[in-house]
Amino acid sequence: MSRAAGLLLLALVSVGCRQDMHDQPKYSPLEKSGFFADRRASRPIPAGSVARGLLKDDTRFHTGMVNNRPITEMPVPVTAELLKRGQERFNIYCVPCHDATGSGEGMIVRRGMKRPTSYHTERLRTAPVGYFYDVITNGYGAMYDYSAQIEPADRWAIVAYIRVLQRAQSGTINDVPPDQVSSIKPAGGSL
Amino acid sequence: MAQVFHYSTNTLARASVVIALVLVGGGLWILLAIGRTSYITQQEVVREQPVPFSHSHHVGGLGIDCRYCHTSVENAAFANVPPTKTCMNCHSQIWTGAPMLEPVRSSFRTGESLEWTRVHDLPDYVYFNHSIHLKKGVGCETCHGRVDQMPLMFQQNSLLMEWCLDCHRNPQQYVRPREELFTMGYKPPNGNQAALGEKLVADYKIQSLTSCSVCHR
Repeated sequence: MSRAAGLLLLALVSVGCRQDMHDQPKYSPLEKSGFFADRRASRPIPAGSVARGLLKDDTRFHTGMVNNRPITEMPVPVTAELLKRGQERFNIYCVPCHDATGSGEGMIVRRGMKRPTSYHTERLRTAPVGYFYDVITNGYGAMYDYSAQIEPADRWAIVAYIRVLQRAQSGTINDVPPDQVSSIKPAGGSL
Repeated sequence: MAQVFHYSTNTLARASVVIALVLVGGGLWILLAIGRTSYITQQEVVREQPVPFSHSHHVGGLGIDCRYCHTSVENAAFANVPPTKTCMNCHSQIWTGAPMLEPVRSSFRTGESLEWTRVHDLPDYVYFNHSIHLKKGVGCETCHGRVDQMPLMFQQNSLLMEWCLDCHRNPQQYVRPREELFTMGYKPPNGNQAALGEKLVADYKIQSLTSCSVCHR
């Protein structure tokens, strides 16, 4: 009787310590593998593979270039949602260096990163949309490419938002809808 | 015939019933309590990492958005640890000689992975998906705590099933507007989570999913 009780207790205690179901013989994303030489369970994608639905067959959309020249027209319709999305993505991926207005005084720049060109220079104000898309996709100067972090559709959204930032810098009081002028006009000052 | 047992045996017999109950109950309580200690749950235990990466510096100090590195969190079940290249976006120029960052540079040079130690590791029999939690208004901070104040990463919460269920049973206690998902130190307007929570549960069509097969599928 006491032996049975002892065995039962032992069984209870040791069952509590087994981790077989916690750590099943399957891989979670980015887990370490003892099987592959590079110890990666998530396998590197073989060159030339195309995920279903992600064939980059639209060169305008996927490269921003036609005949090695940046395109001048957005390949997607510019809508309020696109600009909102662009603002959100810009604030995630670009603001650390380019800052929220695009003048290139972001926090990382203040900490030692090479200062990017302001979007409000003549060269970038007149640069075609395809140029910005290409820079995001392939990098430029000290800026590494963001192709892994930002999807093509979001890159175009960011490009559209860069145009918003550029336009905002050249705005005057006449661009503000009349019914909203009073809400932004500084008291006693002029714009 | 003489009595076999002394009178006091009656008391002993009664007492032994109580003692047995206390022992069994206490034993069970101890087992349950051990399961909730940080020794088992790893709650608030800092893990050793190849590079002492500070979320406090990058998120709190520099203001980098969670998604700059954890790019898949909005669309996938798994919130990815960034590839070494993401580190090098800045560290190709900043702290380029720091010995602390040598494992990062070496990983970038050789193409070998940095072997980070996973901090939040649910048991393999639990299905968890980051993206749906974000879509339904569960912010990073709700589960991961004030990451912007963690010099070294640790698990803020127990990740025990009772902890999951606390929110799954009453999501209105924790949900926040989708605009605030990545905010650290979020406070509901006027401190009134009750009213806002009810509204968000209705707006985002949040269901209280507590059936076993929601997570154990």
